[in-house]
Amino acid sequence: MERSYIKQEINITESLMNRINELISHYPEGKQKSALLPVLHEVQDAHDNWLSIELQNKVAEILGIQRIEVYEVVTFYTMFNQRPIGKFMFEFCQTSPCCQNGVEDLMDYTCSKLGVKVGEPTADGQFEVRGVECLGACGYAPMMQLGDFYQEHLTKEKIDQLITDCKDGKITLHDK
Amino acid sequence: MGRKILLDKINVPGIKTYEVYRREGGYASVEKALKKMTPDEVVEEVKTSGLRGRGGAGFPAGMKWSFIDKKSGNPRHLVCNADESEPGTFKDRYLMEYIPHLLIEGMITSSYALGANLSYIYIRGEYMWVYKILERAIAEAKAAGWLGKNILGSGYDLELFVQIGGGAYICGEETALIESLEGNRGNPRLKPPFPAVKGLWQNPTVVNNVETISAVPWIINNSGADYAGIGIGRSTGTKLISASGNIKNQGVFEIELGVSVYEFMNSDEYCGGMQTDRPLKALVPGGSSVPILPANLIYKTAAGEDRLMTYESLSDGGFATGSMLGSGGFIVYDDRACIVRNTWNFSRFYHHESCGQCTPCREGTGWLEKVLWRIENGQGREEDIELLWSIQSKIEGNTICPLGDAASWPVAAAIRHFRDEFEYHIRFPEKVKNRDHFVNEPFEKVKHLVAKQEV
Repeated sequence: MERSYIKQEINITESLMNRINELISHYPEGKQKSALLPVLHEVQDAHDNWLSIELQNKVAEILGIQRIEVYEVVTFYTMFNQRPIGKFMFEFCQTSPCCQNGVEDLMDYTCSKLGVKVGEPTADGQFEVRGVECLGACGYAPMMQLGDFYQEHLTKEKIDQLITDCKDGKITLHDK
Repeated sequence: MGRKILLDKINVPGIKTYEVYRREGGYASVEKALKKMTPDEVVEEVKTSGLRGRGGAGFPAGMKWSFIDKKSGNPRHLVCNADESEPGTFKDRYLMEYIPHLLIEGMITSSYALGANLSYIYIRGEYMWVYKILERAIAEAKAAGWLGKNILGSGYDLELFVQIGGGAYICGEETALIESLEGNRGNPRLKPPFPAVKGLWQNPTVVNNVETISAVPWIINNSGADYAGIGIGRSTGTKLISASGNIKNQGVFEIELGVSVYEFMNSDEYCGGMQTDRPLKALVPGGSSVPILPANLIYKTAAGEDRLMTYESLSDGGFATGSMLGSGGFIVYDDRACIVRNTWNFSRFYHHESCGQCTPCREGTGWLEKVLWRIENGQGREEDIELLWSIQSKIEGNTICPLGDAASWPVAAAIRHFRDEFEYHIRFPEKVKNRDHFVNEPFEKVKHLVAKQEV
């Protein structure tokens, strides 16, 4: 996919800053770098689920660490997105037990229903389908992650319902 | 009915909340330990129990605790490994989601034993809602006086926090977890020094799995000897098994170690038998890293003895004819499953999750994935089986952490037990074009084709 520069509006609100300070307080004096992963999650959630370079720089500034220390973490962990992603990201678990329970067919179904390929958001930026590795829900397969929550024992009917619910604003993405 | 230690109260309505958990006898182990026992007595009790690490390695927990460096005078930490990511494993999430105070109680009692005043629970990033459950439960426990300064007037202080990961399997390896907790990439550290000497922020640290720590309250409330009285030999106590795949009852079960694999698979109390009338083909008994067992080695060992759900019995026969209890991720396959496809699936997982630090693992896992993919897709070559064997043997034992071994073992075991299935894929590429090739025509029905060619 072609990538062009996308500017991200940065807005560290007072409540976000309070939460960041609370997270930093979980670690001893001088060990604020330990708060990096939780802080990145909070900042990402508050910024349409992605972290531009500018936003990463801002996190470095807040924590008083080098920018490279943030970049290396963002690029290592799969949950940090370096580009805008679909608002409703259907992350299907593709590992063995889910595979054994038909997740591949469900992914094909979801993609064709939304008219997308895996990893490419819909034109309106609302939906995206992604395959991920084991989410720790093998006994409730096939399943996917949507925002902070799991959707389990999936069927085509459930996928249809979820897509409708997303469109109707009935899906909560974050547990705040 | 087997004895329940961890899941005994899981169905009590409202057990998620502090009030109900406390009313049901929760936090009694903290009272007992802080008021009546010295930290060393708590350690001794856990040693006597024979409790072994439930994350997969099975190392005795009490012994691990006794290694913690108390001489340096540096602050000590207990870190709970809640980064559950081994494919097939989902037991820790079940405990944390439905009875979160059990883990918190275990953390307090265990931290007291280790003399730790600042402890953490490191949970995988995808369990975001469980992270919130734990945060709320910790706040409840703190409000009730179980955390903070001078707990129960004992003079013991403890702060406990949850740390969220970012989606990396490798952070379940204890030194990678520590790196991640310090805000770094999850690259495992060279050992020694071990975390018990230099761990979190170079302080003495013990890292234990959720299930291990959750067993501590029962051991302290009863006794180490009572715990050791359950199970067989060195497999003491109970174990959570995450059962998935082609069985009727998928989910988390607590077993007394020593129940037979046959009973676990077939009794209605546990898996309830196969999902459909399709026959059992293979079993991964302890998470994706452990060797896969073919049908003839599941209920009986190679020596003809009953195979039991214990550390020893599941590994009976070594890697030639045995496997491992591992994390208890019990994945069952019926004859619709393609072993080549499943092995490719696991290899893709390890390739994705390799941290990239050691060349044999970083490069080798990619090669395993690619070669398995071409075999599965009918583009395999005769020499590919030997090539796979060679790659896996060059990863195993040549990396800093066990991820390399974990990537190698499933490939080696698949070739060892299902070589003819690999040969079938290579010799009859047109027959494996569809990904569900064994659904309509199970391998048993076409096996003779491979045999004929071998003259």
